[in-house]
Amino acid sequence: MASSSPEGVADLGVAVSTDPAGAPVLHPRPAELLEVAEALRDAGYLQCLDVCAVDYLGADSRTDLPDEVVPERFEIVVTLISHQRRGRVRLRVQVPEEDPRLPTLFDLFPGTESPEREAFDMFGIVFVGHPDMTRILMPEDWDGHPLRKDYAVGIVPVRFKAAGDTR
Amino acid sequence: MSADAPPAQGRVYARGGGPVLRLSESEALTAAPSAPERMIINMGPQHPSTHGVLRLLLELDGETVTRCKPIIGYLHTGMEKTGETLTYLQGPTNVTRMDYASPLFSELAFATATEMLLGLELPPRAVWIRMLMCELNRISSHLLFQATNGMDLGAVSMMLYGWREREEVLRLLEQITGLRMNHNYIRPGGVAADLPDGWRDDTLRLLDPVGDRLDEYDALLTGQPIWRERLQGVGVISAEECLALGVTGPILRSTGYSWDLRRHMPYLDYDLLDFDVICGSYGDSFDRYAIRLNEIRESIRLVRQILDQMPSGDYRVQDKKVTPPPRGRIDESMEALIHHFKIFTEGFKVPAGEVYAAVESPRGELGCYMVSDGGPKPLRMHIRAPSFVNLQALPYLLEDRLVADAVAIISSVDPIMGEVDR
Repeated sequence: MASSSPEGVADLGVAVSTDPAGAPVLHPRPAELLEVAEALRDAGYLQCLDVCAVDYLGADSRTDLPDEVVPERFEIVVTLISHQRRGRVRLRVQVPEEDPRLPTLFDLFPGTESPEREAFDMFGIVFVGHPDMTRILMPEDWDGHPLRKDYAVGIVPVRFKAAGDTR
Repeated sequence: MSADAPPAQGRVYARGGGPVLRLSESEALTAAPSAPERMIINMGPQHPSTHGVLRLLLELDGETVTRCKPIIGYLHTGMEKTGETLTYLQGPTNVTRMDYASPLFSELAFATATEMLLGLELPPRAVWIRMLMCELNRISSHLLFQATNGMDLGAVSMMLYGWREREEVLRLLEQITGLRMNHNYIRPGGVAADLPDGWRDDTLRLLDPVGDRLDEYDALLTGQPIWRERLQGVGVISAEECLALGVTGPILRSTGYSWDLRRHMPYLDYDLLDFDVICGSYGDSFDRYAIRLNEIRESIRLVRQILDQMPSGDYRVQDKKVTPPPRGRIDESMEALIHHFKIFTEGFKVPAGEVYAAVESPRGELGCYMVSDGGPKPLRMHIRAPSFVNLQALPYLLEDRLVADAVAIISSVDPIMGEVDR
């Protein structure tokens, strides 16, 4: 794969690919994430639109990753937008199953607070340094992370309120 | 302001001591207030003006809100998990239930993402029908906002008027799609059905009275001293803070920052249409009200242009692997029957890859991040919901405002909880 960064951004030294629609995708290692995000912000990518996680457990085809990227079970996908360039760039970070931790983007983009909490809630990925690393959608005392592939649909039994004796 | 302004410094970067109350629910029960005269009260989730089931923890100093924490998840039904078990053809039935006030936009984002993966080119009529439906939906969504915003501020007659006009729009949507809401109309490959006979006259019959009634709203609300008193200067946010917090849509535009995907990163055929991006100046609740009111006018303008230029042709791609064959073909062609059967039983396979498709919903940038592993169901389907992200602005809008203003401010954010919780 070509290792050129999105148009106008100095070479960031990370693997680059393009998605099927032609949008640029960067593949920083976890340790490089903050550095790359900061360079992009300084280059005009002022808004972080989204942080979401993907669980690739059991997925055999990872053909869209550049050769130098080692696939891991989890992936964090960060979408940034530059209003001036009128373009988005996506960062895909591989997060290993045995140590699902990543530095938070809060200090660069405070708007990642809720999306990172959602990724933690749904996938159990911890964002180190996040000011409030708690569940956001599920109840506080919930067990497990529902969007993981090994969290089956229907795992929670449906409990109906005591209907009483119908006779 | 320039698009390359230096990033915001200040309250949005504060980890503690800022207006966000970072306390868990259990901690809030026992936490000692940060100062003796402060207390934490609970607002919602059952409150007439929280627009669904939004719950707020408010830290008050007397009558003044000092810190706030939105608590969400009461409508969480795991729609992204459900999305992984549905085929691409079934997917729109799922996402359409997220933002129930503007369902066609979620369908559009989902269908666009699927088509990007498939590499499909749509026939022009399908594109223009999508634009027509989305602008009609934007009108109904903003009318709903006008109604609830009026109700929240005590203008109860506005609630009735807004609801009345919205119902007129929904009636037209029902005529075209078969359903008032949750249409499942925009599907990968085009739309579900062609426009019905007489759609042009019906649309025109709708636009004229709605346009006139917008002037009545102006007379009823916009110039009224009480209305202005309650909204102007209430819930102010800056463009820098909006950018830092990821806020999009009318809240971002209310600060004077002109950013509308339809104009600045056009999708469908919006670059062929003439419309204005409505911006405010002060970033307050009044600007957000006025922007939504005037966006209805712009949408009416857009719909009129679409009526004039609607191309003829197919309303969906004639790709046998993606869209079902016409009903008549099934009786005479074995292959058509097989294609029909395959699409509705196992679905069509989408090439592996990941894409992000975004549209300008009435609430901001609505994105769909889709990952396919080459099968007939997405490996991951994530919706970037504008309401979910915009809610992060709420503590900053509420900071140092009176409790009585809280209702006006929540209303001006216009969150749809179905989309927040997904």
